[in-house]
Amino acid sequence: MHPFAFSRVSTTAAALNAGAGNGRYIAGGTTLVDLMRETVERPAHVVDINALPYKDITVTRQGLRVGSLVRMSELAAHPEVRVTYPVLSQALELGASAQLRNMASIGGNIMQRPRCPYFRDVHSACNRRDPGSGCDARGGDNRMQAILGASTHCVATHPSDLAVALVALDAVVEVRGLDGPRSIPVQDFFLRPGDTPQKEHSLRSGELITSLTVPAGAHTRRSGYLKVRDRQSYEFALASAAVALDIRGGVVRGARVAVGGVATVPWRLPKVEEALVGRRPGRRTWTEAAALAAEGAVPLSENAFKVKLVERTVRRQLMTIGGQ
Amino acid sequence: MATPVVGQRLSRVDARRKVTGAATYSAEHRVEGLLYGVIVNGTVARGTVSRISVDAALGHPGVLHILTDFGSLRLAHPVDRIAFYGQPIAVVVAETLEAATHGASLVEATYEQQAAVTDLDAPGIPSQTPADEPDYSRGDPAGALASAQVKVDLELTSARENHNPIELPSTIARWQGGQLTLWDKTQWSQGAARTVAGALGIAVGDVRVHNEFVGGGFGSGIQTYDHVRLAAFAAREVGKPVKVVLTRRQFYYGAGFRPASRHRIALGSSTAGRVNALAYDVRIENARYQSYTDGLTDLPQFLYGVPNTRTAYRVTPVDVHSPCSMRGPGVVLGNFALETAMDQLAHELAVDPVELRLRNEPTQDEVNRIPFSTRKLRECYETGARRFGWSRRHAEPGSRTDGDLLIGMGMATASYHNNRRDCSARARMHADGTAEVFAASADMGPGTTTSVMQVAADALGLPASAVTFRLGDSSYPTAPLHAAATTMASVGSAAHTTCNALRAEFIRRAVADPNSPLHGANPADVRVRDGRLETSGARDSYRDILRRAGLPSLDITGNWGPGDADSKISTYGYGAVFAEVSVDPLLGLVRVRRIFAAYDVGRVISPKLAHSQAIGGMVGGIGMALLEGTVTDHRDGRIVNASLADYLVPVNADDPDLDAAFINTEDPQADPIGVKGLGEITIVGVAPAIGNAVFNATGKRLTDLPIRPEALL
Repeated sequence: MHPFAFSRVSTTAAALNAGAGNGRYIAGGTTLVDLMRETVERPAHVVDINALPYKDITVTRQGLRVGSLVRMSELAAHPEVRVTYPVLSQALELGASAQLRNMASIGGNIMQRPRCPYFRDVHSACNRRDPGSGCDARGGDNRMQAILGASTHCVATHPSDLAVALVALDAVVEVRGLDGPRSIPVQDFFLRPGDTPQKEHSLRSGELITSLTVPAGAHTRRSGYLKVRDRQSYEFALASAAVALDIRGGVVRGARVAVGGVATVPWRLPKVEEALVGRRPGRRTWTEAAALAAEGAVPLSENAFKVKLVERTVRRQLMTIGGQ
Repeated sequence: MATPVVGQRLSRVDARRKVTGAATYSAEHRVEGLLYGVIVNGTVARGTVSRISVDAALGHPGVLHILTDFGSLRLAHPVDRIAFYGQPIAVVVAETLEAATHGASLVEATYEQQAAVTDLDAPGIPSQTPADEPDYSRGDPAGALASAQVKVDLELTSARENHNPIELPSTIARWQGGQLTLWDKTQWSQGAARTVAGALGIAVGDVRVHNEFVGGGFGSGIQTYDHVRLAAFAAREVGKPVKVVLTRRQFYYGAGFRPASRHRIALGSSTAGRVNALAYDVRIENARYQSYTDGLTDLPQFLYGVPNTRTAYRVTPVDVHSPCSMRGPGVVLGNFALETAMDQLAHELAVDPVELRLRNEPTQDEVNRIPFSTRKLRECYETGARRFGWSRRHAEPGSRTDGDLLIGMGMATASYHNNRRDCSARARMHADGTAEVFAASADMGPGTTTSVMQVAADALGLPASAVTFRLGDSSYPTAPLHAAATTMASVGSAAHTTCNALRAEFIRRAVADPNSPLHGANPADVRVRDGRLETSGARDSYRDILRRAGLPSLDITGNWGPGDADSKISTYGYGAVFAEVSVDPLLGLVRVRRIFAAYDVGRVISPKLAHSQAIGGMVGGIGMALLEGTVTDHRDGRIVNASLADYLVPVNADDPDLDAAFINTEDPQADPIGVKGLGEITIVGVAPAIGNAVFNATGKRLTDLPIRPEALL
């Protein structure tokens, strides 16, 4: 771990000033500290923001608002969230371990950096960690890597489960900078690697995530998250699916589908959604729509199975949420 | 007669200390003036270090010394060149762990790199027949196979595995004059003392190793790896005590591993299910600098009564560090090949897998042509099948479902040689009537501290609360390595023998002492119970005998060894393992639902701890079957998944209903306490039972470990 300065702030203004001076915000620390130990992250100044007031969960008719410092376990356990936004609770509870969920913040969750083992080993080439150095993952052990949204520069999957659910529900990331607040649709928050894989999100330097909002909708109650992984718990996804369906009068009126574990960013599937809307719920609808889940996939030497797996993951979750 | 302490369901005597943090593991000892050493690992698999730059590291506050020249220190591998990725090239010594860690990250090396090969499947790499594993043959296997009515011929593979105990390798080294004290995470304190003495060119008598608590080992703590030797070397160089603890990432380079393996097994059978021919070829990865072999061919040669059998063991030396024993070393993978092939044969013959095995029970050890001591394998099959509910298995693969899931049942036999070695012990009776027994054994988790105490308590006629077994110090009487399921039989027998001798000594003194109420009694008539020596009419006690003699305590040292018993009788542990799995055919997910195993391991000394061992072995087997695999990037030899996030071991959710029973028996020919080894056998049947259950669920014969979703999609 490289030496660093550490400070605590108790006001947003102080945080933003520190952030403008290249301070790195820390809340739960479950990602940052880990990466500092591996010397992947080498911040000169770490700023503890846990005293800031972004700790409320509010559910209204308009939707859900979650403070960025709410812990994963708190949001997952929130009674109204469990009923009204089950996909969020499920995605949270299928992530990490109970101990980590008690520490990790919601803001930090969507700021997670890749789990790519080459990104985390400073003795390997990684464009995300060291732009221009190359990508050892593409031609190396790539079983866990992305089949969607990759570039020649980076093939790392996005690790967050929550983010997949947020993308499915059209969440908005509320941020604050020295110039004031702004809102970023979560779809625009996560950046595909392209030729700048080191740019993972659309936050400007020093900006602070203050909350996430999720709009209400007829689909949110009939929603859920499926995570497919080698190990039954405490493991990242091989493929995952967040599904929310609005089914009324025997017809799918609205559909939200996003997948994780297979793409460089949480991956919304608009074509799958189109193939669902207006159809009668049932095995045939689910199967035909799910068949579009891996469209555009470019598998690597060891992860071609993810093409089939993500289709089947979506199919199973459509069956689970929509009924057979 | 008081209730024997052996057989009581005791919790481990150090349980409270372990769960409250009061047990002191090697890295936790407080040593005055301690400095921290961090190893710098090389990042090429083959070559030499051409330049190493330490200035930046030395400039970091707190960094005191950087050792790049290991002088005459002897390591297991060459020191003048790089033989594997991750080989230590420097040790940074600092006032704090943080400074040493950061200093190590600032050391820069450049290399004269040579082409390296780390893949045992790389073309053009010659394999070798190891000197200690000559080809084996009996009968006419080729002829018998060619003429067999039914044949099974399978190729199987397994990934490299790392032990991953939770306690990482750690050593504190302190010199006082020419005397070296080590607090080391080792399964063998006396082996560590000997190896370190040899490495440093000092006398064994000048090294003392402490290892009172060991937080898991699974074989990773048998050998004395670089970090131990480098800690001792660094401490001598800098003149202060030095602690070295490997990181989890370093563990994958700094300790051995279960080698990746490639198998081919062929069985030839009659249509009646009499296996007449067996041919087994196996190959594992090896280091170039050291040969490693293990028990791969043991069970294919031994387990069934196959008259025509041959085995061939090969190693493929590549540019990796050396493998080492990992729980059930070799035996578990040889058994995976054998038991997978037997299951396939049972399927092709349409014979129940248990029945097929019963039809091939041998009447003697066919390898050594000697009788078995005890072989209660039939009882294991019977008990295991009954308690598991084997009769509910559908013989037709893929024919049982539960909702979207396919359900399958599989079984496998397990066996492991009952290893016993010479062992000494010292027993000491104190004036307060409590006793201590000493041997330089270790307890990496099985509960040796408790189980040997149970044996000693009965021999001395004392309650459990009055006896302490002390281990974890190389200065104690000689004990074998704490591995290979050797400990209970060896250390337990030495404790038994020695405590019997101490009890006899007290009886002898009492009957000879005119002041004893037992004066003149026949020693054979004296019984000992709760520390009291009694005949029908008189009573003395350990305490009174010592008080009258004016002694604070009385010691006796004794030995036990198996002698040449292994040349006369064949003594093995046995078991039958039954597994039920679910397979999600859409998603390719295999989940173990339950495992039940029945074991014949002779007499069970400590039932609760034995059961824990059985469960622990099942967890290891689940990892082997479904999760574990070390990934090497063969472009440069690095371990890609060198962390517990990326190298998957089972978590609680993967370990549902696990249970085991022990056949009520003892093996009096094996050793004086009638036990057979337990630690290793508990993993031996698990992976094949799971693989066979997957076949029963799906009809797919999967032969590559670990079994992962892509194999079933």
